[in-house]
Amino acid sequence: MHIIGKGITRKDSLEKVTGHAKYTADFEIKGMLHARTVISPFGHALIKQLDLTEAQRIPGVRAIVTGDHLPLTGEELRDRPPIAVDRVRFNGEVVAIVVADTPYLAMRGVEAIKVQYEQLPVVNSPSEALKPDAPLLHPNMGQYEKIQGVYPEPGTNIATRTKIRKGDRTKGWAESEVVVEEKFAFRTSDHAAMETRCSIAQIHPGGTIEITSSSQAPFMIKKLIGQYFGIQPGTIKVNTPLVGGAYGGKASVQLEILAYLATRAVGGRIVKMMNTREEDMLTSPGHIGLEAQVKLGCTKEGTLKVAELLYLWDGGAYSDKSIDLSRAGAVDCTGPYNIENIWCDSLCMYTNHPYAAPFRGFSHSEVHFAFERTMDVLAKKLNMDPLELRYKNAILPGHTTPTQFRLNASTVGNVPKCIEKLKELMNWQEGQVTNLGQHKVRAKGIACTWKTSTIDPNASSGVILTYNPDGSINLISGVVEIGTGTKTVLAQILAEQLKMDIKDIHVQMHVDTVNTPEHWKTVASRGVYMAGRAVLAAAEDVISQLKSLASFILRAPIEDVEVGYGKVFLRGEPSKSIPIKDIAYGYTFPNGNSIGGQIIGRGHYMMPGITYLDKETGAGKPGPEWEVAAQGVEIELDTREYRYRILRAVTVVDVGKVLNEKTLTGQVKGAMSMGLSFAARETFYFDSLGTILNPQLRTYRPIRFGEHPKYEVAFVETPHVEAPFGARGAGEHGLLGMPAALGNSLSAALSAEVNYLPLIPELLWKIKGGER
Amino acid sequence: MAASPPQKINVSLDVNGETRNVAIRPADTLLFILREYLGLTGAKPGCLNGDCGACSVMVDHTVYKSCIMLAVEAVGSKVTTIEGLKDSPIQHAFIENFAFQCGYCTPGFIMNCHALLKNHPQPTYEVIKEWLSSNICRCTCYEEIQEAVMSVIEKRE
Repeated sequence: MHIIGKGITRKDSLEKVTGHAKYTADFEIKGMLHARTVISPFGHALIKQLDLTEAQRIPGVRAIVTGDHLPLTGEELRDRPPIAVDRVRFNGEVVAIVVADTPYLAMRGVEAIKVQYEQLPVVNSPSEALKPDAPLLHPNMGQYEKIQGVYPEPGTNIATRTKIRKGDRTKGWAESEVVVEEKFAFRTSDHAAMETRCSIAQIHPGGTIEITSSSQAPFMIKKLIGQYFGIQPGTIKVNTPLVGGAYGGKASVQLEILAYLATRAVGGRIVKMMNTREEDMLTSPGHIGLEAQVKLGCTKEGTLKVAELLYLWDGGAYSDKSIDLSRAGAVDCTGPYNIENIWCDSLCMYTNHPYAAPFRGFSHSEVHFAFERTMDVLAKKLNMDPLELRYKNAILPGHTTPTQFRLNASTVGNVPKCIEKLKELMNWQEGQVTNLGQHKVRAKGIACTWKTSTIDPNASSGVILTYNPDGSINLISGVVEIGTGTKTVLAQILAEQLKMDIKDIHVQMHVDTVNTPEHWKTVASRGVYMAGRAVLAAAEDVISQLKSLASFILRAPIEDVEVGYGKVFLRGEPSKSIPIKDIAYGYTFPNGNSIGGQIIGRGHYMMPGITYLDKETGAGKPGPEWEVAAQGVEIELDTREYRYRILRAVTVVDVGKVLNEKTLTGQVKGAMSMGLSFAARETFYFDSLGTILNPQLRTYRPIRFGEHPKYEVAFVETPHVEAPFGARGAGEHGLLGMPAALGNSLSAALSAEVNYLPLIPELLWKIKGGER
Repeated sequence: MAASPPQKINVSLDVNGETRNVAIRPADTLLFILREYLGLTGAKPGCLNGDCGACSVMVDHTVYKSCIMLAVEAVGSKVTTIEGLKDSPIQHAFIENFAFQCGYCTPGFIMNCHALLKNHPQPTYEVIKEWLSSNICRCTCYEEIQEAVMSVIEKRE
C-alpha cells in the first residue's frame, strides 16, 4: 500500500486558505433578483388576514408569492405546504416570499406585509402531543400521500410508529433480578453550520430549471422538486459548489423549493435566496428533540435480559425527515449489547416546533444519551464498574441486533477491544471520581456506541474517470464536499489502485447533476464506502481498457500486462512498456492511423441485501454494517457553583481501516466537539407561545476557541469486508457517545442522575435541589 | 411608506493595496461592499451580527468584523481581506495542521490569526484565546487551529 493510510493534505487546501473557494452565496450576477421571507412569529396560529397591498407598491418589488394552490411536500409523508396557508404551525414558518431587485428592497417588502394572526393552543413537547386531548396539528393526516414504511395514526399527533419486537419481554422480565427505569428529555436545537443555507434558481427559456444550492443532496432536490411539481427530473439541473458545513442539516430539501417558487413568479429570472442566521435556525429544519423512557432488566451478575423503550421524538410541525429519524432510533434503540428481549416503540410526534432535518449521527447520539445513561444507573444499582457492565454485555459476531439481523465479524466492529483500549487511555483503574478538596471534584464518564446507516436500500453511487493527454485523471463523483475531505480520500483510493501519483489525480469538487454521476446523498458516513466502491469499479474499468489497448501494441496476451507507475508494462519484462499518456487518448501508428479514443472509466455501487423493516416486529437488515466505539469524558466540577470544565475527551473507534489518518482524526475530533457542544450548551428555548427566544449565535452559543478540552483519538481496525480496504464510516461516530459520557461524568460527580440536556450549571443546580 | 431610491455616495477604498472607487449607500456594510461590489467573496456572511467572525478582515493593523462595520468607516484606512494575503505562514500552517474542513470560517479565522501574530509576535495562550474566541468553527475541534497558530510561533523562535 503506497498511499492508503497516509495523512496527505486535502485537495481543496489552497482554494480554502486563499478565499478562492466558492460557496453558493458567492455567486452573484448582474440583474439577479433577491428573495426574502415573511415568517410566523408564533408557534401555532390562524392567519386571519394577509395584506400585501403596501408591499406591492414598493418600486423594485417584483413579485410576492403566497401559499395558495401549491402542492404539499415532505420526503416521506406529504404534510407540509411550502408556504403556509390559513394556519402556521411553527415559529419561523414561511407565510410569503418577496422577490425584489436587491436584498434591501426585498426586506422592505417583507416589512410592509401585514399579517393578522389568531393564536391557537400550542403543543410544546412530544409528551404533550401524545395526550388524548392535545390539539391536533394535522387533522387531515389520513389523506396525506406517503411512501412505503410510513404508518401515520390519524386522529393523533403521531406521524409514524416504528415497533421493535425481539424475543419475549415477559420472559426477559421474569429472568431479571435487577431492574432500573429512567426518563430523559431534551428539546430541539440546531446544526448551526457556519454557511447559512442559500439557493439560487432560474428557469431557462427551454424550460430547464436550474438550481444552485448549498446542499448535501443535489440529486434529491432534482427528484423531489420533480415529484412535487410534476416536472420531469431530466429538466431539472442542480449545481452544488463547496458546502460550508452541513452535519445533516443540508440533506433536507426546503429552501430550494422556495427559490423555485420565487423564480417561477418572476418569469424564470434568476433569484437568490439566502437565509439570515435567524431564518437558518427557525425556518430551515433543525436538530430533533427527544423524550425517552428506558427500562432495563438484568441478572444479579449483570447479564442484560430485557430492554423496554419508549422514544417520543420531537419531530416538529412537519414530518419530512423526522419519520426516518424516528425509525433509525428504533433500529439501534439500545447500546451495542447482546439483549435477547427488546420491546421498543419509537414515535415521530408532531409539535409546534421547527421541524427536523437529519443531524450528524441520525438519532444515535440522542438514543445513546438515554440508553447509556441508564446503563450507568444500572451499574450503580448492581454496584458494578460501568465499564465492566458494558464489557460483559458487549455485542459480538453471532449475536443479533434489535432488528434481528445476525452479525458476523465483518458486519460489526470489535466492542470489547474498543473498551479495553478506552480503559487504558482513560486511566480507568485510578477510579471514576476524585475529590480534589475546596469544592472541586474530578469525574470520568464513559459510553459505548454503535451505528448502522439506514439509507434507502437502492441508494446508488457513481464515479466517472476521464484521462487527460498527460496521463493524469479527472475524478468525478456525486459526493458533495461538505468538509469531510471524502473526495481527497477517493483520490487516495484511486492512486492506490492505479499505482499512480495522487498529484496526477484532479478531483472535481463541485457537483452538477447533468454531468456528475449520482451519489444518493452525502450523508450517513457512507461517502467513502459507496463512492469508494464506485471508484474501485471505475479503476477496474480503466485498467481493463488500458490493458486491452496495450496488449496488442506490446504484442503480448492481455493476462501478461500490468498497469502502474504511469505505464502499461509486461509483467515478466517490465522494461517493455508504453506510457499511459501515449494511449490515454487512443493510439496513433507511425503512418497516422489511429484507434481507440479518450479512455473513460465508469463505476457504480449499491449496497447489497438491505431490506425494509417488518411493520410489526421491525425485523430486517436496515444497513450494511454496525460501526462501534467506546468513548469517555473527564470533567472538573465546582460543587458550589455547579460550573465545570471538560478536561479531556477520548474516543476509541473501530474504523475498519485508516485511509487518511489526518482527515480521519479531524472528522472524529470535530464530531466529538459537536457532540460536547450539543450536550453541554445547545438548545432552543421556547416560550409558552412556541416562540424561540434564542435564534442567533449570540444567544445560541456553540463551543468557542479556548473552551475546548484536550481530545484523544485511537483506532481499532476490524475490516468491513465489502468496503474499500475494509474501511468503516468516519463522519458521525465521534459524536455519538459524547452526550452520554458527559452526562455520566456529571452524574458521577454529583451522585445524582442527570437526565436532561443541555448540561448547563443551572440544570445541575436544580437537580441538586437548588430551587428548594 | 413612500419608497424613494436609496441615495448613493462615491467613496474611495484602499483594499488589498488597490484603490477602488465605488458608489455605496451610507448604510452599506463593509462586508456587503467587499462581496457584492468588489467581487471579494473570501469574507463570508455567517450571522451579520458580529457573533461568528466569518467576515473578519484587517483594517489597518487590527482585525474587524466587516458585517458590523460600515463601508464608509473604512475610508482612509487600509483594508486587507483574505484575498490580499499571499503565501503567509499562517495559511501554510492551516494546510499542514488540517485546521479547516468545510473552509467557510477559514478566511475569517486566518485573518484573525494573522492580525494576532502581527500584533503579538509571541502571544500567551490567554491572548490567543482572547483573540480567537471571537470566531466560531463548527467543523474542527479548535485543537488544529491552535496547533496551526503555535507552529507559526515556534518557527519564529
